[in-house]
Amino acid sequence: MSGHSTFEPKHPALKWFESRLPLVGLIHSSFVAYPTPRNLNYWWTFGGILSLMLVCQIVSGVVLAMHYTPHITLAFDSVEHIMRDVSFGWLIRYIHANGASMFFIAVYIHMFRGLYYGSYKAPREVLWILGCIIYLLMMATAFMGYVLPWGQMSFWGATVITNLFSAFPVVGPTIVEWLWGGFSVDNATLNRFFSLHYLLPFMIAGVVVLHVWALHVVGQNNPTGVEPKSPKDTVPFTPYATIKDGFGMVCFLIFFAWFLFYIPNYLGHADNYIPANPLVTPAHIVPEWYYLPFYAMLRAVPDKLGGVLTMFGAIIVLFFVPWLDTSKVRSGVYRPLFKQFFWIWVAVCVGLGWLGAKPAEGGYVIAGRILTIYYFAHFLIILPLLGLFEKPKAVPASITEAVLGKNKGAAPASAGVSAPQTKG
Amino acid sequence: MSTTMSFRSSLLRPLAVAALAFGLAAPALAADGHGTPKPPREEWSFAGPFGTFDQAQVQRGFQVFKEVCASCHAAHLFSFRNLAQPGGPSFSEAQAKAVAESYQVQDGPNDAGDMFDRPGRLSDRWPSPFPNEQAARASNGGAYPPDFSTLAKARTYEVGFPGFLIDIFTQYQENGVDYIHALLVGYEEPPEGFVLPEGAHYNKYFPGHAIKMPQPLTDGQVTYTDGTPETLDQYSRDVTAFMMWMAEPHLEARKRIGFQVMIFLIIFAGLLYFTKKKVWKSVGH
Repeated sequence: MSGHSTFEPKHPALKWFESRLPLVGLIHSSFVAYPTPRNLNYWWTFGGILSLMLVCQIVSGVVLAMHYTPHITLAFDSVEHIMRDVSFGWLIRYIHANGASMFFIAVYIHMFRGLYYGSYKAPREVLWILGCIIYLLMMATAFMGYVLPWGQMSFWGATVITNLFSAFPVVGPTIVEWLWGGFSVDNATLNRFFSLHYLLPFMIAGVVVLHVWALHVVGQNNPTGVEPKSPKDTVPFTPYATIKDGFGMVCFLIFFAWFLFYIPNYLGHADNYIPANPLVTPAHIVPEWYYLPFYAMLRAVPDKLGGVLTMFGAIIVLFFVPWLDTSKVRSGVYRPLFKQFFWIWVAVCVGLGWLGAKPAEGGYVIAGRILTIYYFAHFLIILPLLGLFEKPKAVPASITEAVLGKNKGAAPASAGVSAPQTKG
Repeated sequence: MSTTMSFRSSLLRPLAVAALAFGLAAPALAADGHGTPKPPREEWSFAGPFGTFDQAQVQRGFQVFKEVCASCHAAHLFSFRNLAQPGGPSFSEAQAKAVAESYQVQDGPNDAGDMFDRPGRLSDRWPSPFPNEQAARASNGGAYPPDFSTLAKARTYEVGFPGFLIDIFTQYQENGVDYIHALLVGYEEPPEGFVLPEGAHYNKYFPGHAIKMPQPLTDGQVTYTDGTPETLDQYSRDVTAFMMWMAEPHLEARKRIGFQVMIFLIIFAGLLYFTKKKVWKSVGH
């Protein structure tokens, strides 16, 4: 997608096709010849892993939809029918349910990586914002997917989350009724959630195409944050990135398979094996783990509307990170203070996640308030000020210099020429 | 947060549905379960990466279910044919058929438009003891005996930090069965000063301790034919193992295939690692 393709078809049939639609050339320039920085570490394999997870979720989801019935009297039993009677239905359903969690684990690592190495900075702002949109779509998709089995937590989770919109003045109650398709979470809600749960992944796929397109226009960031300056700084995507991504994906699949085959219900709620009952409220309504930090923020604010705005604000603020970070240095590697604040912020996010699973009472609420304030302070105060006051370390002149400086005394080597003491 | 608060204040707590919300780090019983001890962790044949059901145990568990539990508890997702499928009690088809035929099942309407009773078939679902939830409540002092179909997966207890993280590595998934076994053997006299509501029974492991279900199992209640001790503890283990199978009938296949997938993925990852090393050999990075 960057520049003209260097691909030259040899076969006459391919030549004929290529002169009419340069599809193979597009694939060639995007995934074969595409220059990728030679110093990418394994944190960069999560983009590929996420693509794999999206495909995995769509394929398993399409199969599940063949056996699932979106009706309040049949949904729970149809999911159990998949678990019991459909050939390998248990496998497909556990892939899909655990795959959602794996998708979020991968996306959080991907986002943390972007934040650490400054991948959102010019010229990658649009790339970053597209990523934030994908994340929002993922949250909506996963939320609606969790409603479909129509267990207790499905029903009550849907009730709590949709009720959040009632906090908005004037239009709130109307929005909630519109979301429900009635006056409570009921069959109409389940039906539209099923429809949207099927639709949104394809919207995600569409934004992923834009995300990859934007990536291929501006090029990948890398651990030094220094743009490639000469062909020596990059290697062709294939075989270098493909084999490394492939290895990363298979390692991730091992992690996935551990949950899938041995502890498939660990990341879910036991309550969701109880059919939904509008008359019985679970003792604790807890969202899926990937929403817990936001749930903690929601409950940290004593005012309902304030809580809702805080929760949405926590995601909205991510869209503005490219402009909130004032530092001229891109990568956190060369920013000694930023590095420390980054890890404090990661710890705050994990802490908020832990608090989100705790009951909203006593010390948990106070801790939630402190961490919520810190979360926002990180973006609104610390990031802007750090850029002004921090004294960054010397940034290498080029990627090659950074790499070869690490491998002491190595002769300057272009890609493809042997350099001693290479790291695996 | 006001939303959750309002839910909690409107909390209708039916007696058989315990406090069970549980997430990655989600405490189920932290707020309501003060004084409820954690169920001890038991040895289960189906635990761990190579776990399988003990066929004899699951068959005994079925006997306990059939003779005791099934008089109040339904299992509406359970079919007679399941008794003959591999990876569980694995009865012969003839045995499963005999069980099915010992029940009368309503069918119809026939050509005259009438419903009629006939002996059960393998394809029939397990007959429910009550026609509906209201009838079940009316016969059980207002409490609804929960359906057994997914019950072993629908119960849990709070593990707490750092245990919930260690459980990932030890593959602990037996929260439900540990709780159920503890509950079945957990009936005792209420402690001094504990006010037991009318029609409730004291159980050490039930959240809030006041359970409507009277102690269902006692020593010598069910006659085993294979010489297994006829004790409460044994009955409880057997029926709990059966419940796990009913909730997760493909558990054995899952663990077996899981091991094969793991072997494949680890070898594949190893090959990719060395290929990657070779590809990148000439490039400093």
